[in-house]
Amino acid sequence: MTALSPLEQKSTEESPQTEHHEDHRLFGLTAFLVADGMTFAGFFAAYLTYKAVNPLSPDAIYELELPLPTLNTILLLISSATFHRAGQSLKRNEANTCQRWLLITSALGLAFLISQMVEYFTLPFGLTDNLYASTFYALTGFHGLHVTLGALMILIIWWQSRSPGGRVTKDNTFPLEAVELYWHFVDGIWVVLFIILYLL
Amino acid sequence: MTIAIPPDRNDSSKSLQPKGWLKYFSFSLDHKVIGIQYLVCGFIFYLIGGGLASAIRIELTSPLSDFMARDVYNQVLTLHGTIMIFLWIVPVVNGAFGNYLIPFYVGARDMAFPRLNAVAFWLIPPAGLMLISSYFITGAAQSGWTAYPPLSISTPAAGQIIWILSVLLLGGSSIFGGINFIATIIKLRRPGLKLLQLPMYCWAMLGTSILVVLSTPVLAGTLILLSFDIVAHTGFFNPTLGGNVIVYQHLFWFYSHPAVYIMVLPAFGLVSEIIPVHCRKPLFGYITMVYSIMAIVLLGLVVWAHHMFTSGTPPWMRLFFTIATAFIAVPTGIKFFNWVATLWGGKISLNSAILFSCGFIINFVLGGITGVALAQVPFDVHVHDTYFVVAHFHYIVYGGSVFVIFSSIYHWYPKFTGKLLNEKLGQLHFLLTFIGFNLCFAPQHWLGLNGMPRRVAEYDPQFQLINQISSVGALIMAISTIPFLWNVVYSAIRGPKSGDNPWRALTPEWLTSSPPPVENWIGEAPLVTQPYGYGTHRNENEDLSSNEAGNVREQS
Amino acid sequence: MVKTSTILSISIGILLIIGGVWVGQNVDLLPVDASTNAPVYDELFKVLFSIGTILFVGITGLVIYSLIKFRRRPGDSGDGQPIEGNLPLEIFWTAVPAIVILFVGIYSYDIYDRMGGMQPLSNNAHNHHEMSTQQRLWGGIGSGSVSSSTPGEEEPIPIEVTAMQFAFLFHYPKGDIISGELHVPTGHPITMRMESKDVIHAFWVPEFRLKQDVIPGQPTILNFTPTKPGRYPIICAELCGPYHGGMRSTVVVEGMDEYQEWFNKNSKTVETTA
Ligand code: HEA
Ligand code: HEA
Ligand code: CUA
Ligand SMILES: [Cu+2]
Repeated sequence: MTALSPLEQKSTEESPQTEHHEDHRLFGLTAFLVADGMTFAGFFAAYLTYKAVNPLSPDAIYELELPLPTLNTILLLISSATFHRAGQSLKRNEANTCQRWLLITSALGLAFLISQMVEYFTLPFGLTDNLYASTFYALTGFHGLHVTLGALMILIIWWQSRSPGGRVTKDNTFPLEAVELYWHFVDGIWVVLFIILYLL
Repeated sequence: MTIAIPPDRNDSSKSLQPKGWLKYFSFSLDHKVIGIQYLVCGFIFYLIGGGLASAIRIELTSPLSDFMARDVYNQVLTLHGTIMIFLWIVPVVNGAFGNYLIPFYVGARDMAFPRLNAVAFWLIPPAGLMLISSYFITGAAQSGWTAYPPLSISTPAAGQIIWILSVLLLGGSSIFGGINFIATIIKLRRPGLKLLQLPMYCWAMLGTSILVVLSTPVLAGTLILLSFDIVAHTGFFNPTLGGNVIVYQHLFWFYSHPAVYIMVLPAFGLVSEIIPVHCRKPLFGYITMVYSIMAIVLLGLVVWAHHMFTSGTPPWMRLFFTIATAFIAVPTGIKFFNWVATLWGGKISLNSAILFSCGFIINFVLGGITGVALAQVPFDVHVHDTYFVVAHFHYIVYGGSVFVIFSSIYHWYPKFTGKLLNEKLGQLHFLLTFIGFNLCFAPQHWLGLNGMPRRVAEYDPQFQLINQISSVGALIMAISTIPFLWNVVYSAIRGPKSGDNPWRALTPEWLTSSPPPVENWIGEAPLVTQPYGYGTHRNENEDLSSNEAGNVREQS
Repeated sequence: MVKTSTILSISIGILLIIGGVWVGQNVDLLPVDASTNAPVYDELFKVLFSIGTILFVGITGLVIYSLIKFRRRPGDSGDGQPIEGNLPLEIFWTAVPAIVILFVGIYSYDIYDRMGGMQPLSNNAHNHHEMSTQQRLWGGIGSGSVSSSTPGEEEPIPIEVTAMQFAFLFHYPKGDIISGELHVPTGHPITMRMESKDVIHAFWVPEFRLKQDVIPGQPTILNFTPTKPGRYPIICAELCGPYHGGMRSTVVVEGMDEYQEWFNKNSKTVETTA
């Protein structure tokens, strides 16, 4: 019932100072991803310190199998590429192609999650078995949470980029770009995680 | 149904508070409202934290644990530390003044992300209430604000988990705020305004926000691991399960050392705004001030292990951290000498704002010097975890940050309300605070050197007299809040009108009406390239200022 | 005019420095020193105290002087001189603290070295204690000072310290003594291997100027040589629970004869070592 306050009005209108809206939203997202990356950095640092300072007794060491995580790495890398294609399609105003690529990307993300689950179930150790088991699950679990969120957001973008009536169009690429940035970030983290956890 | 009010309507000054006080209890997107929300909310928490400090000081008037049970004492001191840091200093020096001033300083009408901004604020009251209510429900956390495991794993879990949750919420709030400040300062600057023309507070907030974004997430991650240890019985930090307690300390201090600069860099910025105005002189050494902020940010990220000299760290590590820590004195010193040089040869109005600012300089130098002493490993092994450290950081957080907050309130109160504060009461407040503060914390240096550890409810009877002196100081500090509160509340209602620019200041927030209209300026934002142009450059700027003020008055 | 003011400020500066040094040397804020470590510590303290006093009094003086000298007179609404900076001055006050810091750093490194902090960890107690290979030792100050003394001449006395909520236990492997009080002979090096049973504690004797955390799952080493006979408090300095404040013990520093007497009285294995 109350009249719109001038302030709310402003946020719906584009005032001259908020012209470069896209621009600073992506900037803000980047800052957020830096912060998120620091959380991972903290976990990695903890893991590496444990490795250096608290060596396990030899009989407790378990070599992680490589095939599944390697497959996971490939899945995620491909998904980064397909997401990129989706973005290009959107810029060329090919909404249907864009949607197809988005669907493929989120399918790859889901495949990653499933394969991660398979790995979890085949591993001989549980969350609380020892320090390394805990760290392993904390790191991969935290990353998996990011993938889950990303896959969900891709599905939302997919819905919003449907050709007539979608919000995400050639003229409003921000949501897609934002999720794409996030997705590349999550992939990048996985690569680091893969190297540190499985290869080192 | 709803009709938008045209933005250029004439009674815009009325629309400042369309719904009176109520807007301060709403999900407002106006950066000025959010700033005041932060300030008032923070101050309420300060009173609660100060009440807890008073309880600590009452307990310590006698060497026995007689005023409260020992575990209650530990809860009280944990709550005191956590509230003062996460709910008072950090939200106020960053959130309150940052939100209020930064958009003015960059010439914007609001922050880059107003909605995120409101969310960041509204995370604070529930987190604070949760933290405090834990005391009444299950008993609060009792492992100190540092929550070192394995103690934090073995004390009652409920209180510790609530503590972790609320610190996580507050950390999230602080990260959102930090992102917002960086985006606003970098991206929302008015066209034509260069980075090196910004008022110093912008630089301080830029540096602080970089620290927030880089270090707070590490604390969040650490506390998540700690909560797993408590709830899921993992063994990250639990030695009986093969974990390593030192790793927690590294991760914790990787955040919490930068956190001390998160508490003090904005205060440095605020002082840099206040001193030039009341001395009628330009800020001395602008460029070196900017560089020293950035140097403090860089160094601040690599000194954390000076809190762990007795934890058992390898010798090379102690050596590195000693040197890195002590070197922070150099950029910090540059700032202090610049402020003194700004005072030198000025025309200083001896008002409450400048008194608190100068009190800050004096107290902080003492706290900084004891800090440099603490940074020396051989010195620290004797006084670590004693009242010497307690004295060190209260000289900095209270004598530094809190003095600056008071100074800032005296300085910007006319901006916030359009009313003047009573000067006599302000000076009384300063006198009581300064005397009480020094009486309370100076003797604690001696206590620490002579063998009184911190975080104890009972102590060696030989320390009773000095502890009582300290408690008397705390009492005077508590009394000193009375003239302040009276002044602030009374002046808001009955205070004389201040006019738009009572200090004849040149920084952009004063070049509009007081209090400012909703979008900060009626017309276009002024381009202020010389925020400290007192003296020769004054004339051009004065024209600008009088023009602007004139504009505002014409239009309103 | 200029000349008198320069002379004045130089002489004030000199007075300040003399005063600071005097305060540092003569104001005694520390408890008695009762270990070889303590006088070295006090030396550092005096230097830091002098420097601190000079800086603090100097800056405070400048601030108060400016506030009085440059206060705005009634009726004067003008501006101050528009001085925005001064490069030589800036360089000066960057260089001076940098030099002071460097000096303090090097000096305290030297002190630290004299306390034995920079030497590689040596644990003389491990002969008597079977060490699990996985455990790392961590040391505090004084960790190496004992090993530097030629072996055989004065064999340090090994003691195993166990900390728990809320007590210290001292175990003398030689006589298989378990005691709640620490007994040590004057002038004799001691090496302690400390470990906690539950949470982190810290072993602190103010009169020794020594402190070292006692950590669960990670033994720490602390070595020292007591010098003055007396009874000094052992204080737990790390928050360890409700009775943290009550977690204290006593170190009894006594002559060799008295120590030997105590040792023999309590020793279970009859192993009279001279
Ligand atoms: C706002 C908060 C704040 C700030 C800014 C600082 C600033 C500094 N702190 Fe402090 N500190 C704390 C808050 C803060 N601290 C807290 C809360 C703790 C305890 C945490 C806990 O355990 O609960 C702590 C503990 C602490 C310790 C650990 C003590 C211990 O537990 O054993 C150390 C050790 O190095 C230290 C050092 C320093 C140093 C070197 C600075 C420097 O940045 C100071 C630099 C400033 C100056 C030196 C003054 C100005 C300079 C000049 C005038 C130039 C000339 C000076 C010289 C040449 C010396 N601090
Ligand atoms: C960051 C800011 C900050 C501030 C501003 C303060 C302010 C004060 N602090 Fe605090 N303090 C800390 C941060 C801070 N402290 C931290 C981080 C710790 C370490 C905790 C830990 O070890 O984990 C600590 C620990 C600490 C100790 C050591 C406890 C111990 O180790 O056993 C002591 C003891 O004297 C103390 C005293 C005080 C006093 C007297 C004040 C005074 O300045 C307070 C003055 C204010 C008032 C007196 C308020 C007046 C109002 C009322 C009295 C009205 C009450 C009203 C209601 C309750 C509604 N503090
Ligand atoms: Cu043991 Cu405190
Ligand atoms: Cu620190």
